[in-house]
Amino acid sequence: MALRSVTRLFSRRALSTTTVRGYSDEMSFTLASGNQVFYDAKSVKQVDVPSFSGSFGILPKHVPTLAVLKPGVVSVIEDSGNVKKIFVSSGTVTINEDSSVQILAEEAHPVESLDRSAAQEVLSKAQSSMSSASTEQARAEAAIAIEVGEALVKAVE
Amino acid sequence: MLGRFGKVTPLVTQNVQLQPQCGMATLKAISIRLKSVKNIQKITQSMKMVSAAKYSRAERELKQVRPIGDGAKQFYEKAEVGPIAEQPQKLVIAVTSDRGLCGAVHTSVARHIRNELALDEQNIKVVCVGDKSRAILSRIYGKNIILACNEIGRLPPTFLDASKLADAILKSDYKFSTGEIVYNRFKSVVSYNTQTLPVFSLSCVTAAPKLSVYDSLDDEVVQSYLEFSLASLLFYSMKEGACSEQSSRMTAMDNASKNAGEMIDKLTLTFNRTRQAVITRELIEIISGAAALD
Repeated sequence: MALRSVTRLFSRRALSTTTVRGYSDEMSFTLASGNQVFYDAKSVKQVDVPSFSGSFGILPKHVPTLAVLKPGVVSVIEDSGNVKKIFVSSGTVTINEDSSVQILAEEAHPVESLDRSAAQEVLSKAQSSMSSASTEQARAEAAIAIEVGEALVKAVE
Repeated sequence: MLGRFGKVTPLVTQNVQLQPQCGMATLKAISIRLKSVKNIQKITQSMKMVSAAKYSRAERELKQVRPIGDGAKQFYEKAEVGPIAEQPQKLVIAVTSDRGLCGAVHTSVARHIRNELALDEQNIKVVCVGDKSRAILSRIYGKNIILACNEIGRLPPTFLDASKLADAILKSDYKFSTGEIVYNRFKSVVSYNTQTLPVFSLSCVTAAPKLSVYDSLDDEVVQSYLEFSLASLLFYSMKEGACSEQSSRMTAMDNASKNAGEMIDKLTLTFNRTRQAVITRELIEIISGAAALD
């Protein structure tokens, strides 16, 4: 998918070199979670997101799509070139026709504010609850907790 | 000196027993009334302070949540998702809370739903969030309510509350094709609007005319996407509702304190006037008594 978007981008850029860079060439990017808003309709260069159908990068003029976020790190490359890494637990990604991108997360935090030992603790707690889970639902919940814990530990490293 | 007063007191108590309707008796009644109104004013004033504190927190949090609500509803707008004619089943979610004494926030949500139910009672089912909407709607449309939850409004709503509610709605047997969330959108401290947010089922989304422009979608992704977006829409509307409720309670309590203040002024005036009348009357009695002896 990322490859396709890149090729699309190249073909469009060749056409639009003579025209003035319009708004639609930019990405209106929103990254919000229940606890914090990181970007609200801001323009950024690129966003890399982890999703259940595979991780992918989003550039302006990406083909419209929907995806479900996987626990992991979203990296946002801002217009200035700064890379911001944000950990997300779960949520959705929407890419619309007008090149607006919305990432809505249940919980999101900058990677630098994560604590390594706390992440390890979350993972071990999830693993212990997995072994003690008796019902189908408890097992599924523990599996999700482990997935988040593993992603957390990986993000801190 | 003291002896003379000693003579007056039994005379006064006698008066009370003889004429309970005027003089001292009314004075007593007025002072009791005055005290209770003063207490009411104290209560309403402190409730106002409490809701002012809660309101400022709710408003701060609402600012953080607005992008989530906007983001979640944009997909429905951009993909031009609409209701399907063959499946008229509709779900209406009333976002209110357990607490009253906050003006018309809950009644306006309930009225909006009642108007809709009056048009089409068969195909609409209601989910009540908060005791107030259930209490209002259950009188006439009790059989349309499929789910009601309480313990809303004591603490600020969290995403966990919203996702639990979304889960309960999706697990209920009712198969709806379209839905709407009725909530109060916060405008300013003194005003709010009762508005609706659309919710759609998988079948509606797959029938949307502009869905084909979206790349690589399978039903599972769309289903999970819709579930999450229901939770975020509910979260957003609960936040809006909580903020309007607190602001409206603040105004309601402010008005109540003002009215209590007016009552206190009037009662104090009557109290003083009556007291003066009693004193004058006693003086006349004493003087005329003394004049009769001469």
